[in-house]
Amino acid sequence: MTDLLKIDGLDVEFPTRRGTVKAARGVSLTVSPGEVLGLVGESGAGKSTIGNAIIDLLEAPGRVSAGSILFEGEELRGRNEAEMRRIRGDRIGMIFQDPQTSLNPLMTVGAQLVETIEKTNDLSATKAEERAIELLEQVGITEAKARLQAYPHQFSGGMRQRVVIALALAGDPDLIIADEPTTALDVSIQAQILDLIKQLCRQRELGVIIVTHDIGVIANIADRVAVMYRGEVVETGDVAQILGAPEHEYTKSLIAAVPRADRKLDRFSSVDYIEGGTKPFQRIDIQTHWLGKSLHDRRSGAAIEVENLGLSFVLQKSVLKRNRKMLQAVDDVTFTVAEGETFGLVGESGSGKSTVARLIAGLYRPDAGNIRVIGQDVVSSPRSAAAREARRALQMIFQDPYSSLNSRMRVLDIVAEPIRFYKLTSSEAETRKIVGDLLDHVGLGAKAALRYPHEFSGGQRQRISIARALASRPRILICDEPTSALDVSVQATILNLLKDLQQELGLTMLFISHDLPVVRQMCDRIAVMRHGRICEVSETETLFSAPEHEYSRHLLDLMPRMDLLGSARA
Amino acid sequence: MQQDHPMTRWERFKDNDIVWSFLHSPGAIVAAAITSIAILACLFAPLIAPFDPFDPSQISLWDGKLPPAWIEGGQPQYLLGTDNQGRDMLSTILYGGRLSILVGLAAVCLGMVLGVTLGVISGYVGGVTDAVIMRIADVQLTIPGILLAILINGIGRAFLPLELRQEFAIYVVIFAIGLTDWPQFARVARGATMVEANKEYVQAARIIGLPGWRIMLRHILPNTLRPVLVIATIGLALAIIAEATLSFLGQGIPPTTPSLGTLIRVGNEYLFSGLWWITFFPAIALVVLVFAVNLLGDWMRDALNPKLR
Repeated sequence: MTDLLKIDGLDVEFPTRRGTVKAARGVSLTVSPGEVLGLVGESGAGKSTIGNAIIDLLEAPGRVSAGSILFEGEELRGRNEAEMRRIRGDRIGMIFQDPQTSLNPLMTVGAQLVETIEKTNDLSATKAEERAIELLEQVGITEAKARLQAYPHQFSGGMRQRVVIALALAGDPDLIIADEPTTALDVSIQAQILDLIKQLCRQRELGVIIVTHDIGVIANIADRVAVMYRGEVVETGDVAQILGAPEHEYTKSLIAAVPRADRKLDRFSSVDYIEGGTKPFQRIDIQTHWLGKSLHDRRSGAAIEVENLGLSFVLQKSVLKRNRKMLQAVDDVTFTVAEGETFGLVGESGSGKSTVARLIAGLYRPDAGNIRVIGQDVVSSPRSAAAREARRALQMIFQDPYSSLNSRMRVLDIVAEPIRFYKLTSSEAETRKIVGDLLDHVGLGAKAALRYPHEFSGGQRQRISIARALASRPRILICDEPTSALDVSVQATILNLLKDLQQELGLTMLFISHDLPVVRQMCDRIAVMRHGRICEVSETETLFSAPEHEYSRHLLDLMPRMDLLGSARA
Repeated sequence: MQQDHPMTRWERFKDNDIVWSFLHSPGAIVAAAITSIAILACLFAPLIAPFDPFDPSQISLWDGKLPPAWIEGGQPQYLLGTDNQGRDMLSTILYGGRLSILVGLAAVCLGMVLGVTLGVISGYVGGVTDAVIMRIADVQLTIPGILLAILINGIGRAFLPLELRQEFAIYVVIFAIGLTDWPQFARVARGATMVEANKEYVQAARIIGLPGWRIMLRHILPNTLRPVLVIATIGLALAIIAEATLSFLGQGIPPTTPSLGTLIRVGNEYLFSGLWWITFFPAIALVVLVFAVNLLGDWMRDALNPKLR
């Protein structure tokens, strides 16, 4: 088979004021017609850069400095903008990550499709419309004719991504570059979109490059895989061979770090290849340390009790009550988390799981129902001293490590804030000592205290968040998707840290995630949420072996296939 | 970018993207140079100026209405000529500029403190408080700024006893201009606050149990200052113009303590008698000053907005 695309020795560099950054070094790849090539790597590996370099859409200072890009035997480098525009429209299609932003919200879907078709195919308006309907049907949108008049906001995320795919197909391309096409989508939609891409690839003999950080996506769709690490392709090969028997050390650790869904382990397999800058744990004797004092008054019983909790958001404001549009974000939710337990809350986006966490944390006030934290009612009189005391025993770790730390404060001031505010220590020296201990304890080292958050990587920032949460000596920790913004290798170390802390400090943990394999490793009991309601609350192992609710079964079925991942993780 | 030692403050300052962007933007450096020279020259006017326009012993009506030194009839000691009272133009401009800049700075500071305080409270508390504050701002924005300043200025003077009017005129003008531009600051601060308040670090602070004022002061305020700073720079230029306009209309600083606006007004009366320099040089000084400050503001807006970089 001849190569559709052949990249040879590609170098991409970004000149910056701190010297030139080589985003890609000597990258060589080939794609054949009818083949899906997966380009996998962690953030900063240069995988998106490759995709952008092919279609000459590198961000501002970036440039290709060496190598060749042969597309159907023709060199793409050094083309002028007009020629590249023809190639991008007609012969190479792009699918971007976020369907929210890759469609124009002010144009109907039909207008956007027809515009693209007219530009690329020189068809008349009526012909173009027929073609648009045909394309929408191909990507699995029913009632395509009526849908042409709809605006993007009237489509769900998955439907929008289908429209984006239809747009990419409009010029009848030979190659499609899909940059994280499913990252912004829920698992159930992810599977459909991947199936669609694969099917289109086979039917139309398209070459597809799929750029992703997710080994699960690769396992589901790719024929061949190229693994990127720090701008270089470290390993290329057949998907079964790469995932089943990887040769390069990096690939091995990357695959080992993927949390497994098939059985429960004590710890996540540690990855020693990647995350730099974390120092070995310095064990403190918890029993005698300041941190551990809260252990002594530990009672057995319920840490969090949630009863018939309800909250609705106003979607459309109106003076008249009947004209208001409300969204029932949380609807009659009841569960109890026992002291010392890790309780999982899973569901797709929009299921209300994060809202429940924020209700418990006191960031929102519920419309209905009651919440008790360590036996104390925190809803009816939220400002009372007893309620504040109970709330202080509860801390939260957020999803986005970049926005959860105030970038204008030193790490010391961030972590020390609760200690200083509640005057938990008698002197500033003691505060600094405790902050140092905390930072040591989460694996950052006491020296980190004098730095600012921007000097740290995502995983390290999440460690700072954990240290801040521990500083007020909590008994309950709410973790809202604590690792979903992190690379898989970093995820494992953060989850292990959380597990260790929980055991040492006897913390109660409410763990919120959409990622079933992670939840299986972390939690004792799990509640499955959908549309603001709880479908099922079960012991973890029961849920995974014999789910009761239909929706739980559906979610479990959608877990990415990992059967290819064989010997590497044994 | 990990180093074994935390960076010193100076290293961090040099490493700062804003500082770097400044050092690599010729327009910004020129604008900053002009602005700082102008400001320094005006602040140190008593040390630099060849004459003291407030000292009657140095003024001679015989020297009145002399043209600039390079024109026939000019005298070398009066570089830019003299005005109708025989004051040296260069010295008067320096002293007048000093007053204009001081009034501008003070007015902007007043507007900024008031606007940012109200804006942050409005954005963070929301609800009725927000609605009330922002509606007041909206109403105020429907009235042209200069008219409002004239109004406040007029009311302010009316409340002062006659003998204090001259003395307190400056403060009344500062107050009038400051009260006129707070809505700009309030709007910007409110917008920035609403963005910041939804970020997770603010939620984390709320979960720690910090009271609202502490969150606003320690967490939100420092993170809203960038856009406010941009508005403040452009606001400074506008405030200087507002002062000049008020004084030109005879509503601002009395002619006995001249500002750039008063000088232009006085010169205006002699323009058709051919004494162009009395109004021309103060006007040029005003234009250069405002232009430089505006350039600086534009550069700052671009440098502080990551999307434009």
